[in-house]
Amino acid sequence: MSVWADKWRAAIGGNPRRKEADSAGVTGRSTPPFWVMVQKEFGDHIRSWRFVILLAIITLACVGSIYAAITALKAGVSSTDDPTDTRFLFLSMFTASDGNLPNFLTFLSFLAPLIGIAIGFDSVNSERNKGTLSRVLSQPVHRDDFLNAKFVAGLLLIAVVIFSLGFLVMGMGLFTIGYPPTPEEFGRVVVVLLMTTVYVGLWLNLSLLFSVRFKQAATSALSGIALWIFFLVFYGMILNLIAGAITPSDTSDASSVIQYSNTMQFLSRISPSELFQEAAQTLLLPDTRTLNPFVTQEQAYLAISAPLSFGQSLLLVWPHIVAMIAETAVCFAASYVLFMRQEVRSRS
Amino acid sequence: MLSIQADNPVIELKSLVKKYGDFTAVDYLSLNVYPGEIFGLLGPNGAGKTTTILMMLGLTEPTSGSVKVCGIDSTRNPMQVKRKVGYMPDDVGFYEDRSAFDNLMYTSGLNRIPPKEGRERALRLLERVGLAEAAHKRVGTFSRGMRQRLGLADVLIKQPEVIILDEPTLGIDPEGVRELLALIEELSRKEGLTVLLSSHHLHQVQQICDRVGLFVRGKLIASGDIDTLSRQLDGAPAHRIELDVATAAEPIEDSIRGMEGVLSVTRKETERLASSQGEAAPVTLVVTSHSDLTAELADFVVRQGVRIHGLRPHRYGLDDIYHRYFEGGETRERMG
Repeated sequence: MSVWADKWRAAIGGNPRRKEADSAGVTGRSTPPFWVMVQKEFGDHIRSWRFVILLAIITLACVGSIYAAITALKAGVSSTDDPTDTRFLFLSMFTASDGNLPNFLTFLSFLAPLIGIAIGFDSVNSERNKGTLSRVLSQPVHRDDFLNAKFVAGLLLIAVVIFSLGFLVMGMGLFTIGYPPTPEEFGRVVVVLLMTTVYVGLWLNLSLLFSVRFKQAATSALSGIALWIFFLVFYGMILNLIAGAITPSDTSDASSVIQYSNTMQFLSRISPSELFQEAAQTLLLPDTRTLNPFVTQEQAYLAISAPLSFGQSLLLVWPHIVAMIAETAVCFAASYVLFMRQEVRSRS
Repeated sequence: MLSIQADNPVIELKSLVKKYGDFTAVDYLSLNVYPGEIFGLLGPNGAGKTTTILMMLGLTEPTSGSVKVCGIDSTRNPMQVKRKVGYMPDDVGFYEDRSAFDNLMYTSGLNRIPPKEGRERALRLLERVGLAEAAHKRVGTFSRGMRQRLGLADVLIKQPEVIILDEPTLGIDPEGVRELLALIEELSRKEGLTVLLSSHHLHQVQQICDRVGLFVRGKLIASGDIDTLSRQLDGAPAHRIELDVATAAEPIEDSIRGMEGVLSVTRKETERLASSQGEAAPVTLVVTSHSDLTAELADFVVRQGVRIHGLRPHRYGLDDIYHRYFEGGETRERMG
């Protein structure tokens, strides 16, 4: 029986029992190296100054946005057509603003890339430069475990940060507006937080890719930030340029107008921040019934003015979530391939 | 020595080749290292020493040829090899903001050593390499020598069968080098570890190695103990005598050259440090010969009426071998 147990353990762990461990009477049950690495990475992140600074910025943003939301709610802007409408009042904590400060969602979509970049930009190249990479890889660990551990630890940290912030906002909202969330609202918020984690994970992977590719931490940080700014500022401008160039001349031709609009929507959805914002808004504003800009008059007129159910909202943003995960996977695959092909030499 | 050779080799390289594009880093290298010996891989920088070591650990794939460590193919089963081999890279790096103890615990965790046992081993090893009192200090505050010693502890924590040290003495002061080498030798002798160390510091290698391999431009040009090496080196004179004589009159050189068995006589350039004594400083002549001529030479010089200030017989050492082979373009590159 015990023989089988050992065989099984050896098969899953790939670890032949250690002679010395047996003689000392210690069983071979120990944490797999992968989780040892994850633990260490996680600990390193939490202890670092970088993380403290990031946390400070994000917390400030959170508090600011809550303040803005609450003042807006007090002024009664929760629902434009009917001030007495208290449906989804709780969700407007995340989307309302008094105009002075951006709302929570905007803050999050703005800062999320920064978190991802800050956590990932020096994860591989700094180890290489410090000479710890070759030392770690000469231990009996799989080469890809190193990269996977970096990713998992980063994502875990991001999830912890995002969720604690989200719950912080919810808790403070409960305190100040005194209006508890329905289970549906809670579900929507949790899904949005999950989506945010995926979104930050995408940026984490991108910066991981840069950290594998570039030997200098500064270069990789800069390229990450450049890409962030590109999507934040320039991508919209470029889209406008393209839009100006391909606008159909004949506005009465319905099919060409639809085609044009589809193209533009596709282009804008390449940007991960656009994907994230669209999806998060759909979830947090249940009144969003469709993401298609073309609604016929009959459709608009005949549609019952009612919010979508949770499931339907989720269905609406499902492609967005899949697209974000796909972009993340592509980045990770790229860094994986690059890393596995690289030479492991000390400090070169 | 002979009994050691009879065993199966611990490290077995067979016509190993590694190419980077057009550049051949390792060129049909075949090498055996036997259990319990200290083998020195000696060569200038860029000779392919590190590449060879990386291939032994399965961190780099050879272009062709095979590497076996402890009978396991490193290219196919790097995990099993890495379980048995401790490797200290040149310029070993640690997590600077963690303590020495934490760094060792991390390595022990990666080797699946249970925490309790890992802790015991880490403390014992820190004691052993003389870092017991610095165990809980941040590695960032360590000196170069301390880092190298911590590197040794890090290598030993997995209780390896073979340890591979890449340039272990690089950048440490002479006293530190002596201590480190003594430690390595003690480990090898007491625990029967097989040690492979690479270096371009021949004197250090000479001190503790059982055998050395000379490695130049990806090729192993000679290997064996010092005697074998000097025999392998074609036409190398076996003996050399340094002779300090009072201000050399020119003829003495010529007359020595006339002696039977003498191959060459050259005047050695005076060392800067010693030249402060003024004009009366003795001149050093270097006499090479096939056989040991020390006694005859002394006798001869005295009979010529020249005073001898010093007489130092030398056996041909690694020094000369090193110069013979490495003083090409490689050494100059290294200086620059």
